[in-house]
Amino acid sequence: MTDATASDRDETFEPSLPRRWRGVGRAGTGLIVPALGIAVWQAVASAGLVDPTLLPTPTRVIGELGRLALSGELVRHLGISLQRVVLGFLGGTGIAVVVGALTGYSARWRALLDPALQALRTVPGLAWIPMFILWFGIDEGSKVGLIGLATFFPTYLNFMAGIARTDRRLIEVGRVNRLSGTRLVATVLLPNALPNLFIGLRQSMGVAWIVVVAAELMGASSGIGYLLMDGEMTGRPHVVIACMIVFALSGKTTDTLLAALSNRLLRWQDTEDRD
Amino acid sequence: MIEIHSVTKTYDGFRALGPLDLTIDHEHVVTVIGPSGCGKSTLLRLLAGLEAPTSGRLAVDGRPIVGPRHDIGVAFQDPRLMPWLTVRRNIGLGLWDRPAEERRAAVEAALARVSLGAFAESLPKQLSGGMAQRVGLARALVARPRFLLLDEPFSALDPLTRIQMQDHLLDIVGDEIPNVLLITHDIEEAIVLSDRILVLGGPPARIRRDLVVDLPRPRHRASAGFQALKTLLLDDLFPRHGAGAEAA
Repeated sequence: MTDATASDRDETFEPSLPRRWRGVGRAGTGLIVPALGIAVWQAVASAGLVDPTLLPTPTRVIGELGRLALSGELVRHLGISLQRVVLGFLGGTGIAVVVGALTGYSARWRALLDPALQALRTVPGLAWIPMFILWFGIDEGSKVGLIGLATFFPTYLNFMAGIARTDRRLIEVGRVNRLSGTRLVATVLLPNALPNLFIGLRQSMGVAWIVVVAAELMGASSGIGYLLMDGEMTGRPHVVIACMIVFALSGKTTDTLLAALSNRLLRWQDTEDRD
Repeated sequence: MIEIHSVTKTYDGFRALGPLDLTIDHEHVVTVIGPSGCGKSTLLRLLAGLEAPTSGRLAVDGRPIVGPRHDIGVAFQDPRLMPWLTVRRNIGLGLWDRPAEERRAAVEAALARVSLGAFAESLPKQLSGGMAQRVGLARALVARPRFLLLDEPFSALDPLTRIQMQDHLLDIVGDEIPNVLLITHDIEEAIVLSDRILVLGGPPARIRRDLVVDLPRPRHRASAGFQALKTLLLDDLFPRHGAGAEAA
């Protein structure tokens, strides 16, 4: 929000709150529900209402997070999970952008590729696990491949739709200015599809974190998913919950980064500012 | 010089235009006026090179129109700006094949013509309707085309802005562009601006009247000559209503 009209509007409706505190205030609002949840959880657990092997106290879980952080285990496991997510995400969405641009731009390519891709899309990601292990081995290849496959579809579908549904009138402006081929794509179609692309990328990132857990549960010796599984096997529910919290924070962080990038690149959009 | 030889355009068996013959030579501003749906937009799309005629031939300065050309500029009914580009880059859209220095100078000149120098770095969402339409106009004439096509360029504006734009259009366009073809359904706009008016009927679009306007400029909307011409055109467009029937 940089233009004068927007700040005028803010001062009219929120005169008591200086601008720079509004971000803090908003983040604070988002913390109310988690804080309440933790308070209730602590009260229930420390009152002895439930068996501590079923529900450890928040302090126990936070202690475990601290222990994992200090011992370096957290960094190691989170690092390898993050590496799988990022590699799979970049591979899957990278291919999705190329294929989506092709099928969005050309009806002929769409007729050739889209039906097959739509059929593949209906196969649940987890159903691929046995074949991926067979093809790529039990190690990194199958995990990254699985994440790549799963992250492909949300980005592909959204980006293709964004390219294919470009306003005919804007394409005509491109044509009367003699833009064609890659120049038309870069000047008109791609920027026009950017909002859709980011919707797809954020969905893909969400999927990546879901799939990395599945991939690490199916057989791994590292990663937050492995740590979670290990906590279950060894009867340490506080480890399981600690891992769940790490997943929640990691997923939220990557989504926030994508959202920030999207807001930066889409400043031209004429939308009501409700961030 | 614009030449149209026995041109027809048929969509799925429906004839939208023609056969049409027309030559525009020395007249600076020629207006095509007709009721909506008569095929005048089809004529514009053919002249812009956006569509090919079903039969016949169109040419500008002796060269047949086979597609969009750098010497034919088009401004549409709505501004159609790329929302992600600044005003400056929207105007420069058609200059991508020119050297950077020439491009910069041409965009500066076009910005000055439409009095939007202060908004060069603004985004379309920050412009009013009239400003956006001026950017669309600047984009159409930035390459100094030989032939400028204007498709109802003021119809989406409020009445006051519209009259302002009509009065300034000829200053903005300048004399260096030999032929300007304006498509409109606004009779006063046609009389204020034109050296020649073509009344179109249809579909299929055909020329019902071809009229040279020799009223002195600047033209006053309340003058007797202006009103007489307006009555004549109203009769052409609404034959059953008789002289003086309210049109708009």
